Amino acid sequence: MAALLRTSALRAGLRARAAKSTAAMASTTFVRGKATLPDLSYDYGALEPYISGQIMELHHSKHHQTYVNGFNAAVEAVAEAEAKGDAKGVAAQAPLINFHGGGHVNHTLFWENLAPNGKGGGGEPEGKLLTAINEDFGSFETLQKQTNAALAGIQGSGWAWLVKDKTSGTLSVVTRPNQDPITGNLEPLLGIDAWEHAYYLQYQNRKAEYFGAIWDVVNWGTVSKRFEN
Amino acid sequence: MKLLPLLSLFPVCIFASTNPDLAWNSDDSPNPQDLHLTTMSVGAYNLPALPYAYNALEPSISGQIMELHHGKHHQAYVTNLNNALKTYASATSSNDIAGQIALQSAIKFNGGGHINHSLFWENLTPASSPDAKPESAPTLMAEVAKTWGSLEGFQAAITKTLLGLQGSGWGWLVKDSQGLRIVTTKDQDPVVGGEVPIFGIDMWEHAYYLQYLNGKAAYIDNIWNVINWKTAEARFIGTREDAFKILRASI
Repeated sequence: MAALLRTSALRAGLRARAAKSTAAMASTTFVRGKATLPDLSYDYGALEPYISGQIMELHHSKHHQTYVNGFNAAVEAVAEAEAKGDAKGVAAQAPLINFHGGGHVNHTLFWENLAPNGKGGGGEPEGKLLTAINEDFGSFETLQKQTNAALAGIQGSGWAWLVKDKTSGTLSVVTRPNQDPITGNLEPLLGIDAWEHAYYLQYQNRKAEYFGAIWDVVNWGTVSKRFEN
Repeated sequence: MKLLPLLSLFPVCIFASTNPDLAWNSDDSPNPQDLHLTTMSVGAYNLPALPYAYNALEPSISGQIMELHHGKHHQAYVTNLNNALKTYASATSSNDIAGQIALQSAIKFNGGGHINHSLFWENLTPASSPDAKPESAPTLMAEVAKTWGSLEGFQAAITKTLLGLQGSGWGWLVKDSQGLRIVTTKDQDPVVGGEVPIFGIDMWEHAYYLQYLNGKAAYIDNIWNVINWKTAEARFIGTREDAFKILRASI
């Protein structure tokens, strides 16, 4: 899949160069830095029964791929507008960069903070991370409850995140609408996707069941590494 | 009753009493055929019955989607709206302005969900119905042609708008003082700015995912087979009050 994308991206880049010599430099730079769909470190079916293989396959190979494509297209449009000195054209891409770029960033973090149950996924946080969770939430159980309440309270599509304040080091749970990424002074540690495409084929409207099940495939090793970085 | 724009649509006395029928178990799907028999107490909103069977929109929209969408999703908006309004009423009676403000988001979201879905069911109809033919909306079609050149031109325009939605939301054809317009609303924000909603298309993933998966363009293509042009014509000719009468009927 990633190889296919690179090939078609290259062709698009070549076409762009052929068509517009003034944009040639920007296109070349852009092709080199093109975003690609990251491979999963586990099989599509590896998170079952908590997340079905069908969901994982669509979610990764279709939805995430669409964000990658959308992000690359928006970045290319920015480069073209920039080359023409078209500030309005650059600004017009901002919502698309935020949405598709955020979708790419969020899903990349998401796949990495999941793992098959018993093979890195599930269980409880340990070490310094657990100490911080106990200090900031009272207990791991309270963190789970707060996260599940935050997920249930999302109106529409969005994400819930366990985040660390970069200045104070304090942990908290926040939500973001649609594909808005975690930015600014917050470091994302653990993301949970509350878009309907993340659970609907398996859980339908029973999203609380999905929010309950996902803890069995949370990769606390990844979360700990992000926390300690 | 100048509480919120939403509520000002409904000159009703809110929450004279609670009704045990509101406590429907979420796993206990109400049968739409029985709903008209369930008389709710004055002031609480009720899930309106569908004007057709769950599977009547197949193959454009599957029966499974319709049953979940109406019986579970719409029901949840109604239940949560009633709960929020009940809490709002007690916040009002105890002069708790902070409590009232805190509830506005839940009222807008769940009230919007109730409004949008009530309008949506009515602006769909089985493909076999004569109402599904654009010829059932001669006045509206003339205005569509004036605005977009043709029905196909309008369909292309709204399709592009719908595919550009970021996250959950709706696309609407509306009438305002200037004429016809395409608007989108995010999440469950309702069209309550004075426009008359002619018809809405639900772009939440729950509206199509079980059947179309990530193929939302195919969902949009197929929904044209089940648009109720007769309802659209009536809303176009009528007023905002006419379009919202389904909501008053669901109280």
